[in-house]
Amino acid sequence: MNATHKYDPHRKWEARTPPKPGEGGRTSAMIASLAAEGYETVSAPFGHALVEEAKKNDRIVGLTADLSKYTDLHIFAQAFPERFYQMGMAEQVMISAAAGMAREGFIPFATTYAVFASRRAYDFIAMAIAEEYLPVKIVCALPGLTTGYGPSHQATEDLAIFRGLPNLTIVDPCDAIDVVEAVPAIAAHEGPVYMRLPRGKVPSVIRQHCPDYKFELGKAKLLRDGKDVLVIASGFMTMRALDAAVELEAQGISAAVLHCPTIKPLDTETILAEAGKGGRLVVTAENHTKVGGLGEAVASTLLTHGVTPAFRMIGLPDQFLDAGALPTLHDRYGISTAAMITQIRGWL
Amino acid sequence: MTIQATAATLSNMSLARRAWEIRRKALRMGEVQGQGYVGQALGIADVLSVSYFHALAYRPDEPEWEGRDRFLLSIGHYAIALYSALIEAGILPEQELETYGMDDSRLPMSGMAAYTPGMEITGGSLGQGLGIGVGMALGLKAKKNPAFVYNLMSDGELGEGSTWEAAMSAAHHKLDNLVCIVDFNDQQADGKSTDMLCSEPLGDKWASFGWHVQRVDGNDIAALVAAFDAARDLKDAKPRVIICDTIMCKGVPFLEQREITHFVRVEADEWQKALAVLDANRPE
Repeated sequence: MNATHKYDPHRKWEARTPPKPGEGGRTSAMIASLAAEGYETVSAPFGHALVEEAKKNDRIVGLTADLSKYTDLHIFAQAFPERFYQMGMAEQVMISAAAGMAREGFIPFATTYAVFASRRAYDFIAMAIAEEYLPVKIVCALPGLTTGYGPSHQATEDLAIFRGLPNLTIVDPCDAIDVVEAVPAIAAHEGPVYMRLPRGKVPSVIRQHCPDYKFELGKAKLLRDGKDVLVIASGFMTMRALDAAVELEAQGISAAVLHCPTIKPLDTETILAEAGKGGRLVVTAENHTKVGGLGEAVASTLLTHGVTPAFRMIGLPDQFLDAGALPTLHDRYGISTAAMITQIRGWL
Repeated sequence: MTIQATAATLSNMSLARRAWEIRRKALRMGEVQGQGYVGQALGIADVLSVSYFHALAYRPDEPEWEGRDRFLLSIGHYAIALYSALIEAGILPEQELETYGMDDSRLPMSGMAAYTPGMEITGGSLGQGLGIGVGMALGLKAKKNPAFVYNLMSDGELGEGSTWEAAMSAAHHKLDNLVCIVDFNDQQADGKSTDMLCSEPLGDKWASFGWHVQRVDGNDIAALVAAFDAARDLKDAKPRVIICDTIMCKGVPFLEQREITHFVRVEADEWQKALAVLDANRPE
């Protein structure tokens, strides 16, 4: 909270008041799953879904940069050891090699953490994969604020980085069902894909609220209707939005939730139709900096088409975030369910 | 040796005892969190002991003293080990150990420059320390500052292309004030480093890049002292690398014998057991 994240050769480290022993949240390790009370979880949905898809499609191969266990790709590696390539801690050559394998007719699924794909491997993704429209699927764990390790592992701007890249489809799934259904969809998609990955024990959320829900690449889905506010969300913020909507309903506020798991290309038709109904506050909610993510994509869509409802964004601030426990940080930066409810009530 | 004597280097406490103290503090921090990269901390404790109590010049009460040797922790997750060394060196107060990894602690689980006195850089995005070290070594030379830069990196980081760009750059610029320490514990996230992306023959690689190369048992304090002295005293206009073969969890045999992984699991009741093992083997 006090760290400036700014180099000053004459700085004095600000005296923090350390928490008392035994008090205060503990940093969430990379191995921790996103806490989601009240939802059943599915173990390693990406790994198992990729195995199922690979049984049907022998062009699928898996590559990782020393993070198979941390991206659930080890499930695939165990099932298809001859189709799994451990590239070591070398994200740039992993991406280049994935491009090379795609040129030879394969459909590579390449995994690492979102920070390393978006920051380190960006140029290689841009030129070797996106510019050539190759069918490489880049699947990355720890998107947004899903680790307490601090900025080195918090991919708070990955969507902003990748949204500017032509040809690239971007997917931000909410839950285990989204992941399981997205895998065959992105495998079938002709071009390159960047998918944010919830991994480990992943909650199964949406169908608990909306039993008929199905993931469709490129489509936003209305999960519940409401007359006071329309929340347009992606990733786990859809779970937060659904939880917030239930709570808001008890408080007499009627909230609709539009789940938008494909960030690019954006389902502008559905967004314009829902936002254009009028009379509702439109709120975007994303596990990402408010700069350059879902919120600004929706804002741009609305304004360009002359649809101008009252509009607010929920997302991470434009700063390097603290280390600490995830519940603490989600509250601090406004993306917990409670913080979401407070913000929405304040805007109505 | 030309380095400035400091309170730490003038102490009578043996380097073995310093390493023991570093291990003990790391285990106590691990107990606070119930987790942590203690395997790495136990393995690198001897290297940190020799660094902070033999090789490095620094002032505990003035962590940004211009004349200090710069010690870069490229491997941010080794912070638990460096915090232990910084506490032992008197740069951090010991009571903060109890806050390791907690909200608003100055000791986050991954080392960051803005949080912690004595932490020169923000590591953790692996493969960046050596390049920053090249720039600091160039800067020190430009300022005619005789201080040295030490970059501590892991064998896993040898996979990153940026490491080898920096290695080539350091030799090109004849950075004889740059010492790179490679912790070769042969472990990374997915398994043995040599099985992930083999860097051997590692000494030959560095030598062919124009570096002075030493490879030592990184848990042998006498060997480390000799290697650090040789790296410092070398007259050749080239950067120096010390490849340190270390053993994860060194000093706590029941953890050493565990199926070792990048993130060693320690059960709740094992922290005290591990401390007891250390306490039974305290060096003078």
